[in-house]
Amino acid sequence: MQAKGSVFRYGDNVDTDVIIPARYLNTSNGKELAMHCMEDIDGEFVKKVKEGDIIVADKNFGCGSSREHAPLAIKESGVSCVIARTFARIFYRNSINIGLPILECPEACDGIKAGDIVSVNFSNGKITNETSGVTFQSEPFPKFMQDLIEAGGLAGYMAKKGAANS
Amino acid sequence: MGMTMTQKILAHHANLDSVKAGQLIMADLDLVLGNDITAPVAINEFPKFGRTSVFNKEKVALVPDHFSPNKDIKAAEQCKCLRTFAGEQQITNYFDVGQMGIEHALLPEKGLVGAGDLVIGADSHTCTYGALGAFSTGVGSTDMACGMATGQAWFKVPSAIKFNLTGRFSKYVSGKDLILHIIGMIGVDGALYQSMEFVGEGVASLTIDDRFTIANMAIEAGAKNGIFPVDEVTLEFLNDHCKRKPVVYEADGDAEYERVIDIDLSEVKSTVSFPHLPSNTRTIDQVGEVKIDQVVIGSCTNGHISDLRMAASLLKGKKVAPWVRCLIFPATQQIWKDAMHEGLFDIFIDSGCAVSTPTCGPCLGGHMGILAEGERAVSTTNRNFVGRMGHVKSEVYLASPAVAAASAIRGFIADPNQIQEEK
Repeated sequence: MQAKGSVFRYGDNVDTDVIIPARYLNTSNGKELAMHCMEDIDGEFVKKVKEGDIIVADKNFGCGSSREHAPLAIKESGVSCVIARTFARIFYRNSINIGLPILECPEACDGIKAGDIVSVNFSNGKITNETSGVTFQSEPFPKFMQDLIEAGGLAGYMAKKGAANS
Repeated sequence: MGMTMTQKILAHHANLDSVKAGQLIMADLDLVLGNDITAPVAINEFPKFGRTSVFNKEKVALVPDHFSPNKDIKAAEQCKCLRTFAGEQQITNYFDVGQMGIEHALLPEKGLVGAGDLVIGADSHTCTYGALGAFSTGVGSTDMACGMATGQAWFKVPSAIKFNLTGRFSKYVSGKDLILHIIGMIGVDGALYQSMEFVGEGVASLTIDDRFTIANMAIEAGAKNGIFPVDEVTLEFLNDHCKRKPVVYEADGDAEYERVIDIDLSEVKSTVSFPHLPSNTRTIDQVGEVKIDQVVIGSCTNGHISDLRMAASLLKGKKVAPWVRCLIFPATQQIWKDAMHEGLFDIFIDSGCAVSTPTCGPCLGGHMGILAEGERAVSTTNRNFVGRMGHVKSEVYLASPAVAAASAIRGFIADPNQIQEEK
């Protein structure tokens, strides 16, 4: 599995309130949520984002609320992958559970800027900045999480597990 | 190697003799919680887990508390989704408007959480129940759906930070000041993926409400959970509320901690978090003159009866400053009734405050107290992110009920020690 796109670059502590403000949480429709994705931190995001684009941020991405609407809004807006130095823990598990690819890679965060074209190879964790030609190696996922990701998220994984046990 | 208190609870619920930090486990759940924002997504996902009924209708709690009483038609549809599902599944612990309270105050009050329990909730402040010696943590809607269907969730076993507390608070300083002080010290990701375990002789002086407030905001330091040992204060609360026998876990003497932080409670000062991060703290003497437009006293963090008593003790015989709105949100119907019987509402209303039915409303910028462009609020809630309580150019200052009440009287952020209390 691979992703390739243009980069939106953000800083530390991008919280779920700016990813999808609570005033829009009276719906859980992904397409509706995507219309307001990143609205309170980057009003241009929704206008500019294209299918396959990549978000790169610094520390503690997705901190705050447990709202799964946050990774859902990002996924539905067409973003193919989020790369950060670290993720807040609920955002991390929500992303894995719904099948939004996320990667922790501080070196890539140092070496990628807004507008760069970046490609990601999910099978080996390599992140390549096509604009600068530099490649970075992200942290590999533990086996359990690889299985979750391969099953397309938690529902698929539990269904597989249930089938294996019965 | 020994285990932390959190690790012991996780090991027991995963049917393992021991676990270590970093290990991935599947664990059995004692309670699965959701609200009107997160549960509709979970209810939608629920059929994908291949079950037609929830794993245990007494171990699922649904509380429409965020945008209820319904703020608009879309919110009403979401609450209806919970109501319909609760009816179909015969969920015992469904609390509609009239029984509804803010979930993290309501569940302990209803006795749904006991010591030693493992609880997940599709709300980040589910970590509140660590006050009762339980492991509880916030998750997303898919985890909630999985929990409702299978009674299980996956966890990465956390390492821990030990907070060794000594001494006791000075006047007007409370659990809120301590947790803001800690977040200011370690940062909003200072306990990322970790447990915050509170121990030491200072714990005994903390009321159960202080402990709820402290555990509640563990997530604001990025923590997986915050947890207190079970002592007489815990047992007294559980005895009054929870029918089940407490299961008491203690950290092993040789448990490993990433960090140990010593805090003398007598040295903690009233603390305020400036916009736009809970870690952006200043002690009350360093605040300067910050003029305010609104005060919010309530929420899952500080809507307990002791919080309302503290606010009332300062507001008694005083008036809310001109051009300031002061909103009071008791967290549950029981707290509402207690506050009414104790005469606290007379004090609030005579001083010019508005008293609301329980709701999360203004805390997350939902309804019942949204800020306009450029407005500032002092709030006893838990987050002050950009746009949290309304307009993207509004500001939230987090504080204790004492500081919030003093600020309502003065019209700018104020030290409660500067307010002359009426007897």
